[in-house]
Amino acid sequence: MGRKILLDKINVPGIKTYEVYRREGGYASVEKALKKMTPDEVVEEVKTSGLRGRGGAGFPAGMKWSFIDKKSGNPRHLVCNADESEPGTFKDRYLMEYIPHLLIEGMITSSYALGANLSYIYIRGEYMWVYKILEKAIAEAKAAGWLGKNILGSGYDLDLYVQIGGGAYICGEETALIESLEGNRGNPRLKPPFPAVKGLWQNPTVVNNVETISTVPWIINNSGADYAGIGIGRSTGTKLISASGNIKNQGVYEIELGLSVYEFMNSDEYCGGMQTDRPLKALVPGGSSVPILPANLIYKTAAGEDRLMSYESLSDGGFATGSMLGSGGFIVYDDRACIVRNTWNFARFYHHESCGQCTPCREGTGWLEKVLWRIENGQGREEDIELLWSIQSKIEGNTICPLGDAASWPVAAAIRHFKDEFEYHIRFPEKVKNRDHFVAEPFEKVKHLVSKQEI
Amino acid sequence: MERSHIKQEINMTESLMNRINELISHYPEGKQKSALLPVLHEVQDAHDNWLSIELQNKVAEILNILPIEVYEVVTFYTMFNQRPIGKYMFEFCQTSPCCQNGVEDLMDYTCSKLGVKVGEPTADGQFEVRGVECLGACGYAPMMQLGDFYQEHLTKEKIDQLIADCNDGKITLHDK
Repeated sequence: MGRKILLDKINVPGIKTYEVYRREGGYASVEKALKKMTPDEVVEEVKTSGLRGRGGAGFPAGMKWSFIDKKSGNPRHLVCNADESEPGTFKDRYLMEYIPHLLIEGMITSSYALGANLSYIYIRGEYMWVYKILEKAIAEAKAAGWLGKNILGSGYDLDLYVQIGGGAYICGEETALIESLEGNRGNPRLKPPFPAVKGLWQNPTVVNNVETISTVPWIINNSGADYAGIGIGRSTGTKLISASGNIKNQGVYEIELGLSVYEFMNSDEYCGGMQTDRPLKALVPGGSSVPILPANLIYKTAAGEDRLMSYESLSDGGFATGSMLGSGGFIVYDDRACIVRNTWNFARFYHHESCGQCTPCREGTGWLEKVLWRIENGQGREEDIELLWSIQSKIEGNTICPLGDAASWPVAAAIRHFKDEFEYHIRFPEKVKNRDHFVAEPFEKVKHLVSKQEI
Repeated sequence: MERSHIKQEINMTESLMNRINELISHYPEGKQKSALLPVLHEVQDAHDNWLSIELQNKVAEILNILPIEVYEVVTFYTMFNQRPIGKYMFEFCQTSPCCQNGVEDLMDYTCSKLGVKVGEPTADGQFEVRGVECLGACGYAPMMQLGDFYQEHLTKEKIDQLIADCNDGKITLHDK
């Protein structure tokens, strides 16, 4: 059994309620931090832990905290990013739904470290029932004296509220989230200034993912060094992985970073292998925006080493032969999956979710969707593959926020690793008319046709 | 479809106003605009799940902001409806992992069972089918959102049951 830090208590009956959570040792980190530690000592522990942002970017959390502006004297805020919307990712919802007090405990301890007296959890609008669960848990915590004025007689005050979003993926980007929290459209802001200097209402603000904040209580209860002892290299600790697609056991798993991809995929403790006897075709290891990996690069890197579930190993080989850990949205595809159709599906998503502020993303994502759709429907042209490559390369790096990159990477990776499948769609339009074209006849069986065809 | 001529009865009940005032109290003095998204959800839930221009103007008045500040938010976020929608809105997630688990076939099935196309309510206004983007339930696919709740691991049989339950008034849309 792998080490559990976040999910060790999730199956305790009644853990959703304050009484049970407290009886199981909950809120101990708040007691320890407020009574025995200075805010800077809390920050130091998190720095020592090596904990990296679990929303996708993987930026060291303690370092992010240390950037918060204390000189201006303006009020500071901690905002939890619970706008979980990256396709393939459903881990934060699991934590908030089944052990909501863990996040609230983390919010209090982390707010104390940052010197924030007013903090928010911003949750996506579709998680309406989870919003109600959090509101109830906050009320319970407040009634028990963990929120409000002079918490535990320490002189520290904190108000914590949940804010509900309105259905926009872009609000997972931290500056768009702040805009939304101010009651505006979710248009990302130009950086600098960074939120740590000018964030919510122009006050110094730190935005952290649910999983990141939920990890802080364990670090404070134990130590940063203990946490750093788990995992592998700079990928310290444990990570929640949301596993979906054509695997037997779909769901949320906590793994120790450094576990091999092979074991995660095939062990009965985790994914349990493929759903049916169909062969593995591709893997998106970290949410829809990270590069898709073909079967031969999943269990081994291009250098022939075992591929591990860690930030470094999953990105080994760069974009040429690697991918990213991202948010841990692990989507598995068997040989019935059509890579062209799947890439179109992701492109449609990014087109729909583009905020429209930057021209390359607003226009480019629409182009990607349309060109991919015509290839998928047997109306593609030979030059379309070049065209797709050119569009994605012109979006990447040319937008205010990373949504443009997120839209480009899956297209680039699909062409890089599955170019012959695009060619097949273009050269054999009659064969791809039905949307389930690879169910009866997987691409592997027909791919020899592509090379025989003269252009 | 042009629906702007449809009149919506505005009914700001005492309990709704109490909830709105509670939401406003979550933000510092003068930052009441921050309550806009949560307030819009509450107001929409209490008004047959849509927001007419008149209702949006009312929200602007309550929050002491300009009507345009409400319009720009309502038009940006997908969860705010600017026209009357089917009472029971079946919002199927149609992003990759749900497709891997057969959601496209289920949407076809539901549409043909209800005799509608995607995005058009049934003649009696009871049902509507929509395709939406990732709802964060990839491991429980195929799935849909119905009111404030998710319906997961869907099958044709479950769809039949849900339609029957809606017709029998057994489905709660909002937890108030």
